[in-house]
Amino acid sequence: MFADYSMAELTSIFAMQGFAGLILFSVFVLMALGLAIIFGQMGVINMAHGEFMILGAYVTYLTSNVFSAYLPESIYGSYFFIAMILAFFITGALGALVEWSIIRHLYKRPLDTLLATWGLSLIMQQIYRSVFGAREVGVTLPDWLMGSYAITDMIEVPINGIFVMVLTIVITIAVALMMQRSRLGKQTRAVVQNRPMAAAVGINTEKVDRLTFALGCGIAGIAGSAFTMIGSTGPTAGQLYIVDTFLVVVFGGASSLIGTVASAFTISQAQSTMEFFLSGSMAKVLTLLTVVIILMLRPEGLFSLKMRR
Amino acid sequence: MHSGTRPKTGNLRRRSLLKNLLAIPAALALAHAPSTLADAANTTGLAVTADTVKVGILHSVTGTMAISETGSVQAEKLAIEQINAMGGVLGRKIEFIQEDGASDWPTFAEKSKKLLVNDKVAAVFGCWTSASRKAALPVFEQYNGMLYYPTFYEGLEQSPNVIYTGQEATQQILEGLDWADKTKGAKKYFLLGSDYIWPRTSNKIARKHIENVLGDKVVGEEYYPLGHTQFNSVINKIKLKKPDVVFISVVGGSNVAFYKQLKAAGIDMSKEKPLFLTISVTEDEILGIGGENIEGIYASMKYFQSLPNDNNKAFVEAFKKKWGKDIVIGDVTQAAYLGPWLWKAAVEKAGSFDIDKVREASPGIELTTAPEGYVKVHPNHHLWSKTRIGQAQKDGQYKVVYESKELIEPNPFPEGYQ
Repeated sequence: MFADYSMAELTSIFAMQGFAGLILFSVFVLMALGLAIIFGQMGVINMAHGEFMILGAYVTYLTSNVFSAYLPESIYGSYFFIAMILAFFITGALGALVEWSIIRHLYKRPLDTLLATWGLSLIMQQIYRSVFGAREVGVTLPDWLMGSYAITDMIEVPINGIFVMVLTIVITIAVALMMQRSRLGKQTRAVVQNRPMAAAVGINTEKVDRLTFALGCGIAGIAGSAFTMIGSTGPTAGQLYIVDTFLVVVFGGASSLIGTVASAFTISQAQSTMEFFLSGSMAKVLTLLTVVIILMLRPEGLFSLKMRR
Repeated sequence: MHSGTRPKTGNLRRRSLLKNLLAIPAALALAHAPSTLADAANTTGLAVTADTVKVGILHSVTGTMAISETGSVQAEKLAIEQINAMGGVLGRKIEFIQEDGASDWPTFAEKSKKLLVNDKVAAVFGCWTSASRKAALPVFEQYNGMLYYPTFYEGLEQSPNVIYTGQEATQQILEGLDWADKTKGAKKYFLLGSDYIWPRTSNKIARKHIENVLGDKVVGEEYYPLGHTQFNSVINKIKLKKPDVVFISVVGGSNVAFYKQLKAAGIDMSKEKPLFLTISVTEDEILGIGGENIEGIYASMKYFQSLPNDNNKAFVEAFKKKWGKDIVIGDVTQAAYLGPWLWKAAVEKAGSFDIDKVREASPGIELTTAPEGYVKVHPNHHLWSKTRIGQAQKDGQYKVVYESKELIEPNPFPEGYQ
């Protein structure tokens, strides 16, 4: 399979593919982070994760329309940052509402959250369809995000890829710091590990639950906003992400953020390398097969929280 | 059973006067029920009355496929409205019953059965994906219904119960490849598609044509799962293999991802190095992709919204008037619009709504008012049509750069291409 290419070509193949893998890695991390918090920390199987992402995408679409209609052209280039901040708060607020109205009644029945959130995802899809129409909407990107940076003749790096990578790094570090250092993070981990004891020492567990869920949804919103650069924005586009998202989170070991990052890295590099030498569908099959085998050997995923049971 | 003859007078005589009086309004009411109006135009008990005829519209208005099928529904409703404004079919106004296939193939079969058996519709305009058509087909054949199917598709099918108003694969593909070979001097081709029956069959035909007829070379053939959103690997492959033409049959949301990533990877599609030729991106899809992300690619289809003929101008104007000025019209939408008109022409030629007679009358039906110009029904139930090559513009429209000289004969079972 290497015979078709010259040595110089092979070098650039690996460089380009490595980079394609890194972009895929960032995409995976970004979409999985929110779920890692919700599923990993709270044990809620949030099937509506993809729809929260798409809400972020629609917020971006609306922001871009408002900017191009009402604001001077010179600041249009910066709309993307405003859109991401808006996406975070709007999806976060919706997340808090959902937690208050649906999820909090189901903490004792984790499997039922699957059905409830799946129903929620259908409702959200239909709302998008009624509000924005069944067709996909085109999100116009600022010019500075398009195009690529050519390193050599063969190796070109897409600018929006770099943008996604930087964004992912920033958000991952922020989340990690928050979980490790901040008061909310410590409270969240305390609630996860032992809810009655956490309540006994005076932690408002209901409030912690709500904030954690909202945070997870908010990050999904940012991810959705960023993905308008690389994917489609339509009522059912969220479905395209949900399988990969769960794959990354479960494979990484549900309750570990490092696990999520490691699993996203493994899956993305494996997939993008195989995609190059095999066909796209075959690469997907092999990736899934490998994940299934590893999960059979290590049911708790790559990394797991060690604690006494 | 429902022959609609009057009660025998012998029976009447035995009844009391009161009963007779009661029977008169009842008989009058019966005369208006569809089952009793068995005139020559309807001998099989279809839902046809003295002044109305029922047809079905069966598309997905919910679920993934709603994105694509919405345009078809709009086109069919517009055609029906226009036909009614002209006085209907055989003096009857068309009433439609709309059912939702919900992007779920078994639902298409179920709803087809409902339309044919319960509603007794005279024709159904519907289905979009091949999967939905294949699911509904046995129902149409069992209950002898008539389906007008609008989508361009892979061919290899010819049912007595379906009229295919879109192009089958050879009509769409061969002309496009010939054009790339002759006008652009293309020698190396890269085939890329979503992983299901239509792209795979299309590429099979394309490969045979490229290798056997044109004498050119296929340097790569790739498929990605439906809904795939990461195309960086295949874009790298295209950069390495340096084909002259990338022949694309990627569908749905994947399209948006593919073209955005192509552009982000620094490929200027209007430089035609390589040239991108798609058979799956209509004006509808460009709406989601964004004109600036796809500017410069070519598409091989039978219809573009920008076609300059008078039929089309009137059609576009009427469509926008009914559905909003910002709406776009793609190839399939136009093909869906043909359905009700072709059915009307066949019914009028047959002088009857009976399915069998409509089927018999269908071959040879011409439509000189078609937005695409002129179409004619072939005995194999597909349409003779021209193929055009359009180049995508920044505003989301295609500019027609080439048009086949003759109508292309539909050939759903192409020899040497299977």
